[in-house]
Amino acid sequence: MAIIVTSNLSKKFKDLLAVDNVSLEVEEGECFGLLGPNGAGKTSLIRMITAVSPPLSGDIGVAGIDLRSHPRQVKAMLGIVPQIDNLDEDLTVLQNLTTFARYFGIPKAVAHTRGCELLRLLRLEEKSSGRIKELSGGMRRLLLIARGLVNQPRIAILDEPTVGLDPQTRHLVWQQLTELKAQGVTQLLCTQNMEEAAVLCDRVAVMHRGRILSLDSPQALIARHVGETVLEVAVTSANRERVVRELTTHGIDFLDVGNTVKVLGVNREQLPATLLGTAEELRLRPATLEDVFFRLTGKTLEGEEEE
Amino acid sequence: MFSWRFLRMWQRNRDVFLRLWHSEAPGTVIEPIIVLVAMGLGLGAYVGLVDGQDYIEFIVPGIICSYAMFSVFGECTYGTFFRMEERKTFDAIIATPLSVEDVIAGEIFWGATRSLMTGSAILLVALAFQQVDSWWTVLVPFLSLYHGVMFSSIAIFFTSLAPSFYTFNHVFTLFVTPMFFLSGVFFPLTEFPQLVQNLSWIAPLTPVVHLTRALFEGEFHFIHVVAAGYILLVTIFFFWLSLVLMRRRLTV
Repeated sequence: MAIIVTSNLSKKFKDLLAVDNVSLEVEEGECFGLLGPNGAGKTSLIRMITAVSPPLSGDIGVAGIDLRSHPRQVKAMLGIVPQIDNLDEDLTVLQNLTTFARYFGIPKAVAHTRGCELLRLLRLEEKSSGRIKELSGGMRRLLLIARGLVNQPRIAILDEPTVGLDPQTRHLVWQQLTELKAQGVTQLLCTQNMEEAAVLCDRVAVMHRGRILSLDSPQALIARHVGETVLEVAVTSANRERVVRELTTHGIDFLDVGNTVKVLGVNREQLPATLLGTAEELRLRPATLEDVFFRLTGKTLEGEEEE
Repeated sequence: MFSWRFLRMWQRNRDVFLRLWHSEAPGTVIEPIIVLVAMGLGLGAYVGLVDGQDYIEFIVPGIICSYAMFSVFGECTYGTFFRMEERKTFDAIIATPLSVEDVIAGEIFWGATRSLMTGSAILLVALAFQQVDSWWTVLVPFLSLYHGVMFSSIAIFFTSLAPSFYTFNHVFTLFVTPMFFLSGVFFPLTEFPQLVQNLSWIAPLTPVVHLTRALFEGEFHFIHVVAAGYILLVTIFFFWLSLVLMRRRLTV
């Protein structure tokens, strides 16, 4: 059953169409990834689904409830981890959780138990009575995640939850999110971390310029848009143009991402001999979501221009 | 419109106040004490009022309500703007079952609570100065709460339009401070031409000073009913306007 349904959803900021006629369905219990370059419209889409930003047009239904007419009921079901750090710095670490729980009408005693439990799970219990200012950047992120879970949401909406985290902490978060999924919590995960999307998401939508370009499981996306393997050719500014020309003349599919040219659908033996001589370094590896990302959203620079 | 959930926002502000009050609250009482000493006793020695009233006795009601107003404006301009723009606290809260209206109503009623606290504290100071004769003054805290809702609504109205903190310097220089000096706190407006007296009612502090003074003097006239009604109208208008403008500002 689809738990989040958006139909023909659009959002405009002055002249910029940030979200362009997006219709998608998130199934109950799945982890649904939103992937896209900066300015792709991911956060705008999420803000509409969380009822804090009114759409220009289109409808949103969450668990069968129309968001426009019943925002409160919908918001009560959601656990939101925003991209920006908006922890309440006037309150202590634990108070951030209990005060947030109060917004959801959770009784004091329950809120306290739950708050302590979440701090323990995310290894913040020692900071419980500390001030927000005493937390490191990573700890603040963890607390944001804890805060998003304090109402035991049916749907967790996470906007770049592991940005700026060290690998250990990132894995701690992934582990918690995996456990959350095992408990049946639906997740809508916005990320630019391809590994994260591949590890956590059942399905991934690649977004660019306000539209969803492709939607499927990570494996299916890779198979459809890139193939099984990628041959990376390290290039320098001196020989890059030649490599690109050679590949084009031989009709070989490739992605040009600056210091590397990603050759698709061929192995080393199938490369033109002339190219083998010029390329400094060759590496054959399994294709990843990142390759899909490049394929669908163009070169990195192009994506960043939109910010 | 807002719901009972505004209480959650109010509770949040109360909790923060209880954590940090010692760094902020004393200031709101010390300044009015200084004004009472300097103006009431110092300047007052040279001031002869028509009916032979002591000058400090004359200014006490006005000092109580204007400093209650100042604390409201501090809270609901700089304070609210800080929570809204610097800390993004409101963004976090409107993603919970609270609506923008609940959050703003919570801010307004919290501002009114600050007014109640400041008004009551200075009433105690006035008591210490032996300037309280009438039993009607037990109503001063209630009146502080009542006009506190009005001043909070007006302050939030300014905040909803403010592009930056600097805006509030203008709000204080062009609106709050002139009211303080021209609403009958320090001298009776009755000496001015009728036109000026009427115009002074544009400033919402004027009816508030009238009412507070009436409580201290224990004398009530029709004008005080008008004052109370006028405060109510201004409150309703700015309360509504603040909710509308804040929704527009916060849900983009």
